[in-house]
Amino acid sequence: MAHVELRKVVKRFGSVEVVHGIDLDIRDNEFLVLVGPSGCGKSTVLRMIAGLEPISGGEVFIGDRMVNHVSPKDRNVAMVFQNYALYPHMTVRYNMGFSLKMSGKSRDEIAAKVDEVAGILELGPYLDRKPSELSGGQRQRVAMGRAMVRKPDVFLFDEPLSNLDAQLRTQMRLELRKMHMRLMTTTIYVTHDQIEAMTLADRIVILKDGLIQQVGTPIEVFEKPANVFVARFIGNPPMNILKGTFKVIDGRRCVAAGKSVFPVPAGGDSLGDGDPVLIGIRPDAIKMGDRIEKLPKEWLCRGEVVVSEILGGHSHLEIVVDGENELLAEVEGRVVAHPGEIVPIGFEFDRMVLFDPETKEAIR
Amino acid sequence: MTMTRTSVFGTILLYSTLGLLAVLFLMPAYMAVVTALKLPADISLPSAWELPPVFNWSSFADAAAMLRPNFVNSVILTITATIGSTVLGSLNGYVFSKWKFKGSEVVFTLFLFGMFIPYQVILIPLFQTLRAMNLYGGLPGLILAHIVYGLPITSLIFRNFYSQIPTALIESGRLDGAGFFSIYLRIVFPLSIPGFVVTSLWQFTQIWNEFLWGICLTRHADNPITVGLAQLAGGQAVSWNLPMAGSIMAAVPVLCIYIFLGRYFIRGLLAGSVKE
Ligand SMILES: Nc1ncnc2c1ncn2[C@@H]1O[C@H](COP(=O)(O)OP(=O)(O)O)[C@@H](O)[C@H]1O
Ligand SMILES: [Mg+2]
Repeated sequence: MAHVELRKVVKRFGSVEVVHGIDLDIRDNEFLVLVGPSGCGKSTVLRMIAGLEPISGGEVFIGDRMVNHVSPKDRNVAMVFQNYALYPHMTVRYNMGFSLKMSGKSRDEIAAKVDEVAGILELGPYLDRKPSELSGGQRQRVAMGRAMVRKPDVFLFDEPLSNLDAQLRTQMRLELRKMHMRLMTTTIYVTHDQIEAMTLADRIVILKDGLIQQVGTPIEVFEKPANVFVARFIGNPPMNILKGTFKVIDGRRCVAAGKSVFPVPAGGDSLGDGDPVLIGIRPDAIKMGDRIEKLPKEWLCRGEVVVSEILGGHSHLEIVVDGENELLAEVEGRVVAHPGEIVPIGFEFDRMVLFDPETKEAIR
Repeated sequence: MTMTRTSVFGTILLYSTLGLLAVLFLMPAYMAVVTALKLPADISLPSAWELPPVFNWSSFADAAAMLRPNFVNSVILTITATIGSTVLGSLNGYVFSKWKFKGSEVVFTLFLFGMFIPYQVILIPLFQTLRAMNLYGGLPGLILAHIVYGLPITSLIFRNFYSQIPTALIESGRLDGAGFFSIYLRIVFPLSIPGFVVTSLWQFTQIWNEFLWGICLTRHADNPITVGLAQLAGGQAVSWNLPMAGSIMAAVPVLCIYIFLGRYFIRGLLAGSVKE
């Protein structure tokens, strides 16, 4: 049980600064996911919390203790590595009991603890096998079990699922979530996969080039991205971003893109008539077929279908509006549309996000 | 499938070349064996290649009796110096690959220079140093010299070996509460048996076969077997059957080790060259 706090944390490798002063508050029992493209500094942040990487500046707190100079073993954190880092010469039993042994627990105590955790993770039949005799998913579970036996204050995960195939990954994702609900231990989870982030997190932290872009619940970062980077990174397919203009017509706020002008709900208070903006529309905020009937008439227009893909329960369509604005739409059902066909479409403009074309930051 | 004419010819050529080379390489061994089995009176240059008229097995017993103290010295020297240089080299390699510190690469490079120093070059300074340390003349001095001289190569082999062990294992150990030595003993050491086999084979061979330091740095009673052999072959009227029998026996330990551990040697040398 512990909250974790980062204050102005900086990391330099030699003269290269890779983490530029990060402030972050991770609540007790929270499942926090650090997500960002490869090389943005996620692992580095995690390793600084674990104590595997010295902190170049700022402070890290675990509980109420400043741990900058506390060695990894005294931080009471457990980490699951991407390649599991199981001890290859030890059986599952010894792998799981190793930390308890190191902390001087008695043989009986270790055995009891290992058996308990093995029971939870259904590893009982494999306790006397070596890691090389296990499947990827089983190794993954042993790595989790090894972290669990010690009852750490904080769980740290560094891309723990990225070595598994897609199906197993989905399954382990659910198990991780269940595990967290059961153990209620503060968890910091690193991934480059935004789907993992969305499905696992209580809150998501989006990192880019060693800087935090946004912190929020999955829905917040999905619906209210702080900038174009977050908008494009979270969500698949990514958000459509169109060049447009903010307009005030008869006292109503509107956005214009190409020849079309749409009145929009609240937002853009700081903007004046004629200001350039970037208009962000989620693919699933574009509606087709009978779904457009619920939308106000003024949010409808027509578009030409370029390609359509049917993905089972839903379809992806590339649509060109006004002959210049390309949009990707994700619509429910199996929409069969032929390339070149002109179809009516509608936008949920209450879910639109405006961005400043200069700073790429969201305009509230 | 029928072999083409040229490939049959190629195979014949290959094997006859290999056979010829094998004979060439085995000639000294043959000479040693036949000479060892002759009576001193039967040994002469013109009949050197002929088989012994009478087999004189006692050469081996006689040579063994004469070389026994040297053999014992060599066993003590080689085993202790091999263990010493291998264990220390393993610790060095562990530090150089998993506990890098500021300047560790520089220190490692300096270590590597040690590999290119021939035995002869440091003979006189070594002699003076051992004398200053009061270790000149006895086995402990020679053992120390071999341990130190072996460190560059053993450290290099282990560093390269350990660089294949994922650093995450070490980090996992640190998070699990293991320190520098318990990580070494419980995680790194059990994984480095092939490294130990390669390194100790190498060191064993080097130290067992070394002659110059043996003769220069130890007094008579502490001479290793290489020096003892040379003394058998010295003097005016040499009974050549004795040094030959002695050489064969002196080669036995190294030979045995390669026969029994050779496959680990190859495996160890190849370890990591094939990724899983
Ligand atoms: N030990 C290191 N020495 C030098 N640079 C490093 C080291 N570890 C990571 N980096 C650099 O720091 C940046 C962040 O790395 P990392 O935290 O591993 O990224 P991520 O986990 O987000 O993919 C990268 O540019 C990487 O090259
Ligand atoms: Mg990483």
